[in-house]
Amino acid sequence: MRELTDRALEVARAKGARYADIRIVRRETQILETKNGVVETLSLGDGYGFGVRVIADGAWGFASSSRVDKAEIDRVAALAVSIAKASAISKNVDVDLGPPEVHVGSYQTPVEKDPFGISLETKIDYLLRADKEARAVPGVRVVEGTLGFQRETKTFASTEGSYIEQTLVESGAGNVVMAVSEGEMQQRSYPNSFGRHQGTGGYEFIETWDLPGNARRIAEEAVALVSAPQCPSGVKTILLDGPQLGLQIHESCGHPIELDRVYGTEAAFAGTSFLTPEKYRSFRYGSDLVNIVSDAVTPGGLGTYGYDDEGVPAQRTDIVKKGQFVGYLTSRETAQQLRKLHPDAPERSNGAMRADGWNRTPIIRMNNVSLLPGEWTFEDLIADTDDGIYMVTNKSWSIDDKRLNFQFGTELAYEIKHGKLGQMLKNATYTGMTPQFWAGCDAICSDKHWHVWGTPNCGKGQPGQVAHTGHGAAPARFRNVQVGVMKS
Amino acid sequence: MLGEKRLADIAQRVLREANAEQAEVMITSNDSYLTRFATNTIHQNVAESDATVRVRVISDHRTGVATGNDLGEQGLKKLIATAERIASFQERVPDLAPMPTPRPAKSASAHIEATARCTPMDRALGVEKILAPSRAHGLEAAGAFATEEQEIYIANSHGVAAYHRGTVASILTVIMGEDSSGYAADASIDVTRIDPAAVGKTAIDKAIAGRHPTAIEPGEYTVILEEEAVADMLFFLGYMGMGALAMQEGRSFMCGRLGQRVTGEKITIWDDGLDPRGLPLPFDFEGTPKQKVVLIDKGIAQNVVYDSATAAKEPGKTSTGHSLPAPNTQGPLPINLFMEPGRVTKEEMLASTERGIWVTRFHYTNILHPVKTLITGMTRDGTFLIEKGKVARPLKNLRFTQSILEALASVEAIGSRLKVVKDDWNALGTTVPALKIRDFRFTGTTA
Repeated sequence: MRELTDRALEVARAKGARYADIRIVRRETQILETKNGVVETLSLGDGYGFGVRVIADGAWGFASSSRVDKAEIDRVAALAVSIAKASAISKNVDVDLGPPEVHVGSYQTPVEKDPFGISLETKIDYLLRADKEARAVPGVRVVEGTLGFQRETKTFASTEGSYIEQTLVESGAGNVVMAVSEGEMQQRSYPNSFGRHQGTGGYEFIETWDLPGNARRIAEEAVALVSAPQCPSGVKTILLDGPQLGLQIHESCGHPIELDRVYGTEAAFAGTSFLTPEKYRSFRYGSDLVNIVSDAVTPGGLGTYGYDDEGVPAQRTDIVKKGQFVGYLTSRETAQQLRKLHPDAPERSNGAMRADGWNRTPIIRMNNVSLLPGEWTFEDLIADTDDGIYMVTNKSWSIDDKRLNFQFGTELAYEIKHGKLGQMLKNATYTGMTPQFWAGCDAICSDKHWHVWGTPNCGKGQPGQVAHTGHGAAPARFRNVQVGVMKS
Repeated sequence: MLGEKRLADIAQRVLREANAEQAEVMITSNDSYLTRFATNTIHQNVAESDATVRVRVISDHRTGVATGNDLGEQGLKKLIATAERIASFQERVPDLAPMPTPRPAKSASAHIEATARCTPMDRALGVEKILAPSRAHGLEAAGAFATEEQEIYIANSHGVAAYHRGTVASILTVIMGEDSSGYAADASIDVTRIDPAAVGKTAIDKAIAGRHPTAIEPGEYTVILEEEAVADMLFFLGYMGMGALAMQEGRSFMCGRLGQRVTGEKITIWDDGLDPRGLPLPFDFEGTPKQKVVLIDKGIAQNVVYDSATAAKEPGKTSTGHSLPAPNTQGPLPINLFMEPGRVTKEEMLASTERGIWVTRFHYTNILHPVKTLITGMTRDGTFLIEKGKVARPLKNLRFTQSILEALASVEAIGSRLKVVKDDWNALGTTVPALKIRDFRFTGTTA
């Protein structure tokens, strides 16, 4: 591998690059999907290729190919430099990466049971047992189950002297049950919606979540939802479960702290951010209870790795501390941009640059952006709530381009009356503005209820990139939230 | 790019070497370039050359699929063996639909040399035609200029062999001022038909007109939706309910309503993979030629689209050529949607509006209730209050929560010009006019 990486860096240098890096990436995937007792999808994927990123004439260029041989490496490295030189015709300033990052090392996701070593029969049996349990419930129309596994092996080398090898392994599982009656469709998912819950780790992750043991429960909930009353509208106290709160963190904190987005590089697609640079360390994001970190090192999180795709070591950084906004997700380049306005900001990137495979250039992505736990037990939190709505598992999400105005819907909700969970409600939604919403956070459950929820479908960038991110969350309570806009 | 002969050779080798009763191979190859800009400078400029092969086999009513991007002899052998091994692990599915047989096919002219030959410098110079006036106006431009050449070859052991190559060029920009932004975009198979300067001017004019926006109370308003917003609604309508599997599973708004009125009588919607006004793809991902399917005709629900699997479940049905790569849990989808144009210009819609809201595009639209076709999202990059037939003032962005079918039942005017709106994630296009709609429901606003 060294021979190939050295060659790419040499060609780039010879063509005029002042900086170059290369990533050679193999991504193996295995997806199993069942539907109503039938294995609908059983597919293996194996993608291999490399990408060369360069700075020439002070501007960026990137080129990639799925043909990994010496001739193609020469062509692609030279192409990357010529692209950079074309970029330079519009540059405002030369790219500044700050101090060199020189790291030689390796990282391997800790795995107890290699998911690619577990037989397909075992996996199919696991999904079909869950499927059978759910379809035993009268009124169920569709049951879908998914297992997903990924192993990414990547080598990073740079002209600064870095050489890093990593193997990242992910496992994920999910069930969704749909119940239908005339003009009405309701669904329940477990452990999380939109495909599956996923983490870094081996097959032990799948066994922990026990899809068969939870299938009947969610099937009964889906059927009950069809005839459940509509969630009422009004300004209310709400409690969010961990998965829904995870997505709330993702959308209203994770995206607006991406510093490339703050500086406008996503303006035409994903949008910008309300957390503009002058707010750094001087903006109240939420109540005193709100502590949020960017964390690429928590074991098992879907955003856990050893080094980012600029070769910067994984780390943990404060984002919101006692309600105050104190940090961004950064790259080497944006860290230098921030220091122009805030000279006391960290000189080095906090390691949040990741690329969706060999054929994409790295952009700032969330790792595990997590809300730290509080001290409540869930039981005490319910008992302490006189009048509210408990919302469970995301069903829909939407947020504006600055990440301020949001609206979320959940699959399931329960009324809370006089400290007790009451009747089931359907079609619950809530809406608000990000800082006001987080200012209303007055209770967070303890680490006993805290878990890093995986989001394996975060879209950003052009050409499009899908990132796998994690969000640690425990159930929490929010006051004065606008609930409901749907007509019944 | 590999070319038809090389792709055919690879496909035939796979079919020869597969031991399964039925085998299918899909090979896609692409050379893609994208020049991305923000804050009036090019900040990302990327190129990709890739080819992937997907092998599907069926033996004894069991399916296996494997994908990879190693097109060498050993890579292909490994892929075939993997697909056959996977099939052997499957449960037997007695009513599994067989792979399709050949049908007469039409080709779609979708390859333009100028697009295929576009260089990094060509794109950079095009981008500069947006950046220079943006700088001159004290504004900031962001966006992307992409060109792509792609080819697809699908063959199966029943004799299907289909090849298509195409090009796509697309440009979009968001021009930002202190408190405003403007958007414009264009897409075509022919890069020479794209005028970056004109796209930039439209967005700059909107950013200037949008300065100092004020809020308006949420509520029901007449709206003029530009083509990007209409395409967003139409995409979700197709995704939620215009495929046969959604019908068969009871999760489509079309369930029990074929032959009935579902929108206003002005609305006609169809899918056509051969129409050069869109971004053509003449066959689906099983290699079946795409048929033009009228989905809603003058407001009456007419048809949904089928693939082999869903057609096999209904007597008398055949695939309409709308399969996604099989098998899949989503079912067939219309991915070349068109809406019939009307007779008025957007300027005439504006002049006829006593009070309403002009919407340039939506942002982060998502489904709240698929059977009710209820969606929510935000307006973005050019939202204006209309009073007495003129743009009165810019507005802060609004959140809408609206049933698509109810909106299409309240259409007052349809634009005379069709525009192809390219999907952000792939080379598919939705081709639509602008719409004027009454009683469109806004439920929130930005501060």
